Amino acid sequence: MSLPREASPPLTRKDFETDQEVRWCPGCGDFAVLSQVQKLLPTLGIRREDFVVISGIGCSSRFPYYVDTYGMHSIHGRAPAIATGLKLARPELSVWVVTGDGDALAIGGNHFIHLMRRNVDLKILLLNNRIYGLTKGQSSPTSEFRQRSKTTPMGSIDRPFNPVALALGAGATFVARSLDADQEHLAGVLRQAALHRGTAFVEIYQNCVTFNDGAFEVLTDRATRDDARILIEHGRPLVFGRNRDRGIRFDGTEPRLLVLGGGGAGEAECSRHDAHASGSGSAFLLSQLEPPEFPVPLGVFRSVTVPTYEELSEDLGHRARAAAGRGRLETLLTSGTTWTIE
Amino acid sequence: MAAGRAVEELESVVIRFAGDSGDGMQLAGDEFSRSVATAGHGFATRPEYPSEIRAPVGTLFGVSGYQIQYSSHQVFTPGDAADVLIAMNPAALRLSLPEVKPGGLIIANSSAFTEANLTRAGYASNPLSDPSLAEYRVYPVDIGGLTTQALAGSGLSRKEMARSRNYFALGLALWLHHRPLEDEIAGIERRFAARPELVAANIAALRAGYAYGETTEIFPVTYRVRPAPAEPGRYRSVTGNQALALGFVAASELTGIRLFLGSYPITPASDILHTIAGLRHFDVVTFQAEDEIAAVCSAIGAAFGGALGLTTTSGPGMALKTEAIGLAVMTELPLVIVNVQRGGPSTGLPTRVEQADLLQAIYGRPGECPLPVLAARSPADCFDCALEAFRIATRYMTPVILLSDGGIGNSAEPWRIPDVGSLPRLEVRFRTDPDGYRVYERDERLARAWVRPGTPGMEHRIGGLEKDCLTGNISGDPANHQRMVETREAKVAGVARDIPPTRVHGAQSGDLLVVGWGSSYGAIEQAVSQAHARGVAVGHVHLRHLNPLPADLGDLLCRFRRVLVPELNLGQLSRLLRDRYLVDVEELHKVQGRPFTVAELHRRIVEAVS
Repeated sequence: MSLPREASPPLTRKDFETDQEVRWCPGCGDFAVLSQVQKLLPTLGIRREDFVVISGIGCSSRFPYYVDTYGMHSIHGRAPAIATGLKLARPELSVWVVTGDGDALAIGGNHFIHLMRRNVDLKILLLNNRIYGLTKGQSSPTSEFRQRSKTTPMGSIDRPFNPVALALGAGATFVARSLDADQEHLAGVLRQAALHRGTAFVEIYQNCVTFNDGAFEVLTDRATRDDARILIEHGRPLVFGRNRDRGIRFDGTEPRLLVLGGGGAGEAECSRHDAHASGSGSAFLLSQLEPPEFPVPLGVFRSVTVPTYEELSEDLGHRARAAAGRGRLETLLTSGTTWTIE
Repeated sequence: MAAGRAVEELESVVIRFAGDSGDGMQLAGDEFSRSVATAGHGFATRPEYPSEIRAPVGTLFGVSGYQIQYSSHQVFTPGDAADVLIAMNPAALRLSLPEVKPGGLIIANSSAFTEANLTRAGYASNPLSDPSLAEYRVYPVDIGGLTTQALAGSGLSRKEMARSRNYFALGLALWLHHRPLEDEIAGIERRFAARPELVAANIAALRAGYAYGETTEIFPVTYRVRPAPAEPGRYRSVTGNQALALGFVAASELTGIRLFLGSYPITPASDILHTIAGLRHFDVVTFQAEDEIAAVCSAIGAAFGGALGLTTTSGPGMALKTEAIGLAVMTELPLVIVNVQRGGPSTGLPTRVEQADLLQAIYGRPGECPLPVLAARSPADCFDCALEAFRIATRYMTPVILLSDGGIGNSAEPWRIPDVGSLPRLEVRFRTDPDGYRVYERDERLARAWVRPGTPGMEHRIGGLEKDCLTGNISGDPANHQRMVETREAKVAGVARDIPPTRVHGAQSGDLLVVGWGSSYGAIEQAVSQAHARGVAVGHVHLRHLNPLPADLGDLLCRFRRVLVPELNLGQLSRLLRDRYLVDVEELHKVQGRPFTVAELHRRIVEAVS
């Protein structure tokens, strides 16, 4: 596989801004994600022309128009499939997919899980606002049970997907979760995703000011967030709380809340997060932590390195050429049983 | 050859192998056609198999057949009716009988004519012993028992021995037609190289079948057909699906551009994916997608990346790809979509022939969504059509639909292998000059430039939303939309400038013009030839380009008093011709999952002019 070509001279955020007017609602969480991506891309040592951003349909899928790289705003749910074809055809490109909860998990659910299992070297950012925005407020596959929306006036009877658990279940090699309002955390997670070799899936909780405002407020409000979320890091104990006074220990597969300090348990009694474990079991257990009993985990759940799909695909070509030599058209056309008429 | 036995010298012979879907009839038929091919005969084949992989033994719906016509002249069809039928069980006999010529030779595997099998096939009494087959020459041969005898001591189980029955039948057929065994033995050695015990068994069964014909006195006649005079050159046998695969790889080699095939398994198109997946030593990538939609979308992504994007499917898959094809029209990316048509609607008749997806190909998308549509007429023609599809796609920056069908896809015919130097030149240029680049600016053919990601200074975004006619930015402007809709239409219509003059076979003007498309080519060509030879002023035009239609077609239609359009649908091309030329078209429909026979077309031609 060819390595990314170094950019010179150094790029800046400005290089990744387009002249297009950004058409999201004022206050939309998408702005924050766009801003972090525009900050991140120039720092990766990749030429601007080697980036491609592919999206489907939905509010977040307007993303490519605002990033001055190559890009395609495609059709609903299909961005992973388009990006897979592009990456297989051109492994040297850095390909990013931007999608939403409806795009990736409803109409595009099949492509999403197959992307995860194949481990194509794509970065996929799922901006999850738990609602359909562009079609004006219908419930989505991540809308909460009993949530009211235009299509669920009496409350949704669908149980929501947990995108992180779904990605892990489908075999993803890099799975993370962050949120729009925490710029520092988001920047850190996106950087790790960018550096991962293979499919890097990042779920980003994103506030929809118009149709689902405040969906993640408990995770962003300074008064509540430290008790409502746990920032997970590889090798670190599962500790959270405003005063780092609470922890989590798994007894087998059962999570237990611990009260730390003051005669309670110590950090050493908390489970440690192992994002590099070869199996995804412990990451999956973490993904099952949900409010109100437990804090919401944010950070990198899983990060393991295995050969990427396009490396394996290119390798098939190398092996075929090693065995048979570079194909020659004349040899191909005359292969099999032939006969000559004078 | 036993002395005194008559040798019938024939112009052409039609032989049909029929048995259970597990009897290996497709293999026997393939091998027989390979044998006559190497002898320099013209030939055409029609494999017919059920959609069940292993239907219950002995049932009518489990019958698998393979018909071959070979000849001392060029052959256009697998033949209307068989001269020789090899029937491995009662069900195969019963189903094939309507397509055996009166007086035809029937070799029936007598060991399979048990009470149970007769009942399953719906026979009240054994046709091998009652008078029902009096008008045929029937030879019961205990193929099962003789095969087992031949393999005694091989160490194989009875079940394994039974699997070699098809080689006994093949050996007998080769003897009957004066074909040598050597090539076939070499073929068995290659095919079963990994299983020496099967090499030995199959060769033994093959020799036993051959020897049976030679030493028993029961067959009064053998057949000899002279080789067909053909254009000098090197030949091979190809099926339509193989020829498409070769053509697409050739397109990649001729352009120097990577071929990307995104596909999903579907009958009867899967062989194209199988074949290209085995050619990774070329600059070829194959991707078995999770569904039909991902298959076409991956090809669109690859095309955006500057590869030759290809997806292959059949009717139900076309329905699923529809939205993405619209995206390719809107983003104006080159893409080739192959539809190997089958009987529809819905799952329909997966393994049978029909050509009922023409209107879907031309019109079947939301919005004004034009694209060029081609149709291959024969297995060998698939190679040229594959090149033509990518020529148009890259020259006009457009998706192209190439129609084949189950009849062409799995049927084989001889193909004169083209000299690589004589193949059409396919030139593709990527734009790399950023100076003044505007994403939807067009050349004289109305094609926009193809720019590969990775080209500095030309970063741009495309997508499914309507575009400004120059910059490619999103535009909802009313006048711009009208202009873009009309431009996309004009671009596709402009492809007609590149279509070579239409060839009329037979009469160049007169009483009747028969217009066809797709796999009915052979039957129409032969029926028209026969009528023309008898003095009927009838001509035949066979269309490769269905959208746009050739520029000279309107004038051609006016040169004849009447126009007849035979189609394996309810008149789809007829509608197009009436709509476009206001011409009174007579329709001939057949939707039985079977191709036209020469006889039925000839009858209709004669009726039309009398």
